[in-house]
Amino acid sequence: MSRSNGGGRRTALGRVRGLGSAKEGVHHWWTQRLTAIALVPLSLWFVIGLIKAADGGYTTATQWLARPMSAIMTVSLLVALFHHTQLGLQVVIEDYVHHEGLKLALVVVIKLASFLLAAVGIFAVLHLAFVS
Amino acid sequence: MSQRPLSPHLQIYRVQLTSLLSITHRATGIGLAFGAPILTWWLMALATGPGAYSSFIMVFNNWFGIVFLVGWTWALFYHLANGIRHLFWDSGVGLELTSTYTSGWVVVLSSMVLTTVCWIFVTQGWLS
Repeated sequence: MSRSNGGGRRTALGRVRGLGSAKEGVHHWWTQRLTAIALVPLSLWFVIGLIKAADGGYTTATQWLARPMSAIMTVSLLVALFHHTQLGLQVVIEDYVHHEGLKLALVVVIKLASFLLAAVGIFAVLHLAFVS
Repeated sequence: MSQRPLSPHLQIYRVQLTSLLSITHRATGIGLAFGAPILTWWLMALATGPGAYSSFIMVFNNWFGIVFLVGWTWALFYHLANGIRHLFWDSGVGLELTSTYTSGWVVVLSSMVLTTVCWIFVTQGWLS
């Protein structure tokens, strides 16, 4: 076999699926694009909302976030934002950190921290929507 | 391994608009990632109460905080605009050399215009 790009030993079905040895395929790439598309309207909506709430102080901001539409959009923003952040930072780490142990540790820290920050943010929004 | 030449060879590399915008996309992405916890902090301050919220406002309501927030706004609009440019490329649109330069300048300009418009609205209180 003269082919060198991984095609040689794989079955025809395996080549078509293109999932590679980790069985992950284009999942990372695809999710990064999906979250990016979601973030276009979500971040624009949020910035406009922030400008509206910027001058009014505490009550204006909490009343704005407690509205059902605002709460739903902000929770969606937090999910898409921290997922996108975590995927992006993972690529940066994989590009520049060449020590395997440190690379793995940093990716784990980034993923757990992103999850935690999203969870805390979602809790805060739900608290404003249902409790405050 | 460490003796191998690196590409791009930074000492003799002539930076073009396209490569500068590419590394800026990554830099703004990292900057926005470090700014994202502030969004969580803002939401938690609001959920905690007026006292926690006024402490949050105190941190940012000074010249240093405003400079940071203006910079963060620009990073957001840059990453947003250039991200849309990337999505067009992903769909196979605008990959010719001349188009990449045109779209590059559109990204630079729109990020600055949007940041300026944003902060004019904030300072004038037009939407609030």
